[in-house]
Amino acid sequence: LFHIGVDYRNLEEEGPEVDIGSKVKEEKPKKGQARRSKAKEKKKVLREQCEEECRQDEEAPKCSKNHRNEKAKTEERGDFKRKTKDSCDEERNHISSERGGTEERAHAEKNMKAKKTKRKKEKLVFSCLSSSSESEELSADEEESQEEKDVLTQEELEKLKEAVEEKKKLIANLRGKPWPMSKKLVTLRESQEFVEKYEGALGKGKGRKLYAYKVMMMKKWMKFQRDFENFRTACIPWEMKIKEIESHFGSSVASYFIFLRWMYGMNMILFGLTFGLVMVPEALMGRPYGSMPRKTVPRSEQAGAMDFAVLWDFGGYAQYSVLFYGYYNNQRAIGWLKFRMPLSYFLVGVGTVAYSYMVVIRTMARNANRDGGGDDTSFNFSWKMFTSWDYLIGNPETADNKFASITTSFKESIVEEQESHKDENIHLTRFLRVLANFLVLCCLAGSGYLIYFVVRRSQKFALEGLENYGWWERNEVNMVMSLLGMFCPMLFDVISSLENYHPRIALQWQLGRIFALFLGNLYTFIIALMDEINLKRREEEVVKYNMTVWQASLYNGTVDDNSTTSTIPVDPADVPRGPCWETMVGQEFVRLIVSDTMTTYITLLIGDFLRAVFVRFFNYCWCWDLEYGFPSYSEFDVSGNVLGLIFNQGMIWMGAFYAPCLPALNVLRLHVSMYLQCWAVMCCNVPQERVFKASGSNNFYMAMLLVILFLSTLPAIYTIVSIPPSFDCGPFSGKKRMYDVIQETLENDFPLWFGKVFSYASNPGLVLPFILVMILAIYYLQSTSKTYKAANMDLKKKLQTVSLPITI
Amino acid sequence: MDYTNNPDVKLPLALIINMPELKENPFRNRIVESFSEDGLGNISFNDFVDMFSVLSETAPRELKAIYAFKIYDFNTDNFICKEDLEKTLNKLTREELTPEEVNLVCEKAIEEADMDGDNKLCFTDFENMISRAPDFLSTFHIRI
Repeated sequence: LFHIGVDYRNLEEEGPEVDIGSKVKEEKPKKGQARRSKAKEKKKVLREQCEEECRQDEEAPKCSKNHRNEKAKTEERGDFKRKTKDSCDEERNHISSERGGTEERAHAEKNMKAKKTKRKKEKLVFSCLSSSSESEELSADEEESQEEKDVLTQEELEKLKEAVEEKKKLIANLRGKPWPMSKKLVTLRESQEFVEKYEGALGKGKGRKLYAYKVMMMKKWMKFQRDFENFRTACIPWEMKIKEIESHFGSSVASYFIFLRWMYGMNMILFGLTFGLVMVPEALMGRPYGSMPRKTVPRSEQAGAMDFAVLWDFGGYAQYSVLFYGYYNNQRAIGWLKFRMPLSYFLVGVGTVAYSYMVVIRTMARNANRDGGGDDTSFNFSWKMFTSWDYLIGNPETADNKFASITTSFKESIVEEQESHKDENIHLTRFLRVLANFLVLCCLAGSGYLIYFVVRRSQKFALEGLENYGWWERNEVNMVMSLLGMFCPMLFDVISSLENYHPRIALQWQLGRIFALFLGNLYTFIIALMDEINLKRREEEVVKYNMTVWQASLYNGTVDDNSTTSTIPVDPADVPRGPCWETMVGQEFVRLIVSDTMTTYITLLIGDFLRAVFVRFFNYCWCWDLEYGFPSYSEFDVSGNVLGLIFNQGMIWMGAFYAPCLPALNVLRLHVSMYLQCWAVMCCNVPQERVFKASGSNNFYMAMLLVILFLSTLPAIYTIVSIPPSFDCGPFSGKKRMYDVIQETLENDFPLWFGKVFSYASNPGLVLPFILVMILAIYYLQSTSKTYKAANMDLKKKLQTVSLPITI
Repeated sequence: MDYTNNPDVKLPLALIINMPELKENPFRNRIVESFSEDGLGNISFNDFVDMFSVLSETAPRELKAIYAFKIYDFNTDNFICKEDLEKTLNKLTREELTPEEVNLVCEKAIEEADMDGDNKLCFTDFENMISRAPDFLSTFHIRI
């Protein structure tokens, strides 16, 4: 056996039993302490000798089991006593051989029946932890002092409770102990039986039944929890797929798919919220299609409302449905449930953002706890040696690659080590790096201007009427953005070869640049949208005026001003409609997402699949080796894909308030992506040549997600707070601001005092001090965390400089 | 094989190291040996479960460090000495490094991690070094 294992085992074994024995010992001075201590020594000696015997006789499992798992039934006691007698005979001279089995049993029975109190506890405690000889001694003792009263004193109760708690803690921590499995199982069984026996006994006196009931419910609850955990683990989707990818490509590629799966889960919840609380109630309980002007396709558009091209563009019937903001009615309560639709719409919008924040920050905190320490470079070679092999790899080709990359990495480190004192031509490196950054900045500026230019052009097209232009002009903005997103990262990659950084640092620079590119694109897009919104709002004024004119023309000649308005039946499709900027915004986002998805899939098919087919089949009749030279098979671009995922999610967050169908669309998209990309990776990609660990990259992606979440909710919040809703569409039509719905609900649905409390709470005099207190709290927490980190560093340094004695 | 009445069946080393999860691992022999009771690689079902439980994702870091130490200790003397390091390195690189390079790397590793100055790594040194490693948890992991 290994020394470590043996030592731990001995340590643990001695611990509890000594405690309990000594505890119980204190309680009974009458029992003759001298005799007790002698008995205890003898018990120890006997037990050790007995166990040795047992081990030698290879009845070890049975013997120890018998030693530890004694049942309360007398027959079994008799039985096992006989068995242990057989196996450990010569040690038990002065007790067992004289008595014989039947006498023992009779004594035991009498003891059992007469005294169910501390006598029994004592006996069983000892017998649980020690050999049978001890218990026989005990029964001898007990016979003599039967006149003692059986009352559990308060102290004994406490001590017993402590013992039970200790055993429970042992059970809970058993998983983390480095013992062999058989030992763990034995200890577990023993502890569980101990706990079982004494939990019942603990509830003596008043609340015994209640206590036992509570304990039983606790056990049932824990069992239920464990079963539920098992069920939940079995329900995790795509586990086998990810395992296959892991074994082929290593853990870095698999981390992308795990991230995708996590996003899928989050989007499912968002989908549940928007679908269940916004789309379904409106569809079931709201006014049906065609009953109101805002829910009907206008007469002028009805001709082409069912065309596929129009539907693909999310116009026509798709526009006038629950998918977009404009369909919703501003009626305060709908249906027999009196469902507050506008309130629900607003709260779901806020709730999706709040839920996303919560989930992202919780995942970040969990990752940070797990990762722990910071970046050290003081253990370079040791880490390379002990942590570079990825145990997940199960594929021979990947293993070959991994061996090769490990060898290369060692050689590189050796070279670095040998040349660490040589000064590189630092000026040349610095100049090249500055040049590279300048080029990148030019790229970013160029792409920003290109998008701005394209958006301006599309506004011009819109003013002149989109029917005059072909497909390219109509989708110019989306196409340009997608193409930029595809080609600029490649350009950045080429430029970064000038910089000559360590691959990990180069990756971070690359990610940063692509992030800046996407961010720039997104915000230019938003500015363009804002321009269009303002355009639509100016249009509103015109339309309002036109509507009054039209209404007047309807009643013209039939009634005069004083009479009540007669209801002239007008088909909703004929009513002139006000412009709906919210639906337009929603449509833009949906179109952007769709085109982005299409671009990704087409790039995947062409860039990966067709390329692989080409390399595979044309290799036979080509001048140079296609597989090793250009173009060769493509590698899976982890960072690019992750960034794409993150930015798509950002767009979903931005647009979800105006188009409730976006989370549903995203769930569908992620589902398809998962299967398509899993297939593409296994079929067309090869494992990476150069393997380096982007350490701590998990939290890096989460941090980016958090930044994107913040940045994408900003425009939505701005539009909600500052722009008045359209007068003719949506659940907030007719209000001055969208958040007025909260005010309205407070006034009408809640009791009066609630409104008062709320108005007090939103008083600036109360809000400002509250914000001040929060800032102070944050400052305090940050300074304490800094001191903890500093103390941590100090301790680390101490560990490194002071030599430690070996503590095993 | 009657598992109910004779649950102490032990599988030989050669059978376990051909599992798809372990087949490509250069340390497969050592892994199976360190979880077996007799030290030779014959593991029972309990040991098998133990092995994959330690190598799973949710095992605590300290537990993994203890077993990693056992795995890399080729001569089972409770210390990772220079010969153990050399064997580890040769298994990792399939003996593609020259002897001088191997020597250099092992010396550097001992220099970095050894704190009590006995030119070999005891368990405390190893644990101190491996607990700072950012990739340890993600690489010392087998999914089954």
